[in-house]
Amino acid sequence: MHAHHHRPPGTPLPPRRRVRAAASATLLLLAGVGCAAERDPDVYTIMNSGTDEPYHSWDQEVMDACGAQAGVRVDQLSVPADQLVPKALRMASSGSLPDVISLDGSDLPQFAEAGGLVPLEDLGLPTDDLTESALAFGSHEGVYYGAARSVNSLGLFYNAAVLAEEGIEPPTSWEELRSSAAALTEGDRYGLAISALSTEDGVYQFLPWLWSNGGDERELSSPESVEALQYIVSLVDAGSVSPSVVNWTQADANDQFIAGNAAMMINGPWQMPVLREHPELDWAVVEIPVPEAGDTSVAPIGGEAYTVPVNVDHPGREQVAAALVACLTTAEAQLDWSTKGSNVPLDPGAAEEYSEQVPELAPFVDQVRTARSRTEHVGTEWNTYSQAIGTALQAALTGRSSPQDAMGRAQEQVESQVEGRS
Amino acid sequence: MRAPATARRRALTPWLFLAPALVYLLLFFGYPLVRNVVMSFQDYTFATYFTGEAPFNGLENWRAVFANELFAASLWRTLLFTAGSLAGQFGIGMALAVFFSRRFPLSGVMRSLLLLPWLIPMVVAGTVWRRVLDQETGVLNEALQALHLTSAAVPWLSSPDHALLSVVLVNIWIGIPFNMVILYGGLQEIPAELREAAVLDGAGPLRTFFSVTLPLLRPVVTVVLVLGFMSTVKILDLVLALTGGGPAHSTETLGTLTYQLSFLQLDFGQGAVVGNVLIIISMVFAALYLRANRGGGTR
Repeated sequence: MHAHHHRPPGTPLPPRRRVRAAASATLLLLAGVGCAAERDPDVYTIMNSGTDEPYHSWDQEVMDACGAQAGVRVDQLSVPADQLVPKALRMASSGSLPDVISLDGSDLPQFAEAGGLVPLEDLGLPTDDLTESALAFGSHEGVYYGAARSVNSLGLFYNAAVLAEEGIEPPTSWEELRSSAAALTEGDRYGLAISALSTEDGVYQFLPWLWSNGGDERELSSPESVEALQYIVSLVDAGSVSPSVVNWTQADANDQFIAGNAAMMINGPWQMPVLREHPELDWAVVEIPVPEAGDTSVAPIGGEAYTVPVNVDHPGREQVAAALVACLTTAEAQLDWSTKGSNVPLDPGAAEEYSEQVPELAPFVDQVRTARSRTEHVGTEWNTYSQAIGTALQAALTGRSSPQDAMGRAQEQVESQVEGRS
Repeated sequence: MRAPATARRRALTPWLFLAPALVYLLLFFGYPLVRNVVMSFQDYTFATYFTGEAPFNGLENWRAVFANELFAASLWRTLLFTAGSLAGQFGIGMALAVFFSRRFPLSGVMRSLLLLPWLIPMVVAGTVWRRVLDQETGVLNEALQALHLTSAAVPWLSSPDHALLSVVLVNIWIGIPFNMVILYGGLQEIPAELREAAVLDGAGPLRTFFSVTLPLLRPVVTVVLVLGFMSTVKILDLVLALTGGGPAHSTETLGTLTYQLSFLQLDFGQGAVVGNVLIIISMVFAALYLRANRGGGTR
């Protein structure tokens, strides 16, 4: 029987807790879940969501190199993205979190707020060289917890062959997008494909309209926020966007674009591996159109950051873990990873080089410069906001309520829920 | 002195045999159940996993869930979904069972073909049906329009007015084999002489079915309906694969609401409340089932 490590060694357990500990140990044993094993001092574990090939192998290569530099072996523990947080939580409750976790930017505040992460500055990782966006992306309430290797955002992909055929320039403003989407809608083909799920996929895609128009997740019933929703609804009402988008994930939007059922789509660079499987498709990408020419396009910033979970029993391991994080996120490592994985480096120097090496994705570099983090203002409450926005989006798109009413209700919902908790 | 010891041993023996089953039940059913009930009175959040602290907050979670308008709507939809699914599955399953209980060439082959939906994992079925029901590219709409049955594409999954019906139809498709197999087995056990006697007495096929076959089938029917109810009322995977509860929450059931509250909003206390409501509903039906069986279990 291995010892559990949730408390400082040497403190005897009170009798009742001992019984409970024994009972839970038996339970875990019976349930086939191993207890927190004694850790091998030379083996470090990094948890990420890189289950897909070739990303998994690429990751292992970098981790092996960084492990060699730190004099340890690095094991990679990859779990599907939607299971990473539940799995990490289960590991946290049994005190067996891995040495490094690659967390999605919108999950980081929750872990930090719960006291589960070590501030990277405490582990000797300097923050003075970081750009403001890198710092903002990995921070919660002003403390820097996560070093990002690369980030991503959204852009407007278009089928260059179709646009050329119709004599249409890639749109840059809402009005241009509206007219080109209408002109490109023909037969089985819609002008534009988006994801409008009520979950994070759809909400993430709604944010560029909301933010570029001066709207805000904290003021959902403001005229700017309502207008943004109104705009998306008008595209569906005009028939330029399929009403089925309420069921489309971002991957579905990509499939429709590839199949020729949409001339343009909103999507992220993570679709590149699938798009590359279709070399016959002549596509290009531009920044997401803005309300009026000259406005700034504000899209959400996405991606993962390497964090070091608190390790009460082996504080020494935190130091080595931080060295691994530093090695994984150097400017060279960022450029290397971004070029391979079609993401955007956070380091400005690396980003510039990236624009030259992968010119077709350069618009994402520009988009990331002005992109905003979802948790910047609302932190751990993002889930509540996201849920309310998703509900409003679908209520308006399916005609259940007007954009005005939908956003008004979303605002009420958020206020009552957030107040209920504070 | 020996006699009481033997008596005590004799009294203990049955418990020894029961012990493994009891331990199993307590560990794998009792513990999670009690845990879930306790959790519904706790402020169980993200931080709980790190600190182990989940302060009791009385009826706070229950109040919040009952105040959430999604809860009442989901409860209503769960009932609609369950009633619709059961009626369809049972009706079609029974018709097919009666049909196949007559011997004819290839009936065995066709019966096994009809079992196919049962072999397909729920998530796979959901994904395939999502494509079939797609408004623009789905096979169903293309077929309907080619046959001139509908003039425009039906928004099976993308309109809040149709989505629940579509999910019920897919669930009926999934549930038919189970109903058919169990009812078919029950029909085989009814002695043919009884039906022949009814026919000799001048009863037509319908009269024979409703006055002889169905009453004799009652215990089997109860089993099918109760088991069907239990698996339908807690539906989660099919809805998640087909619509994810949308569009506009129109297919949100208690199952998906539990999932949403616990794993998307990470409010495990409120999630537990909805889970408990589901358990209570199931327990009511389990009790009804036990009572029905005690009364009619003399077969």
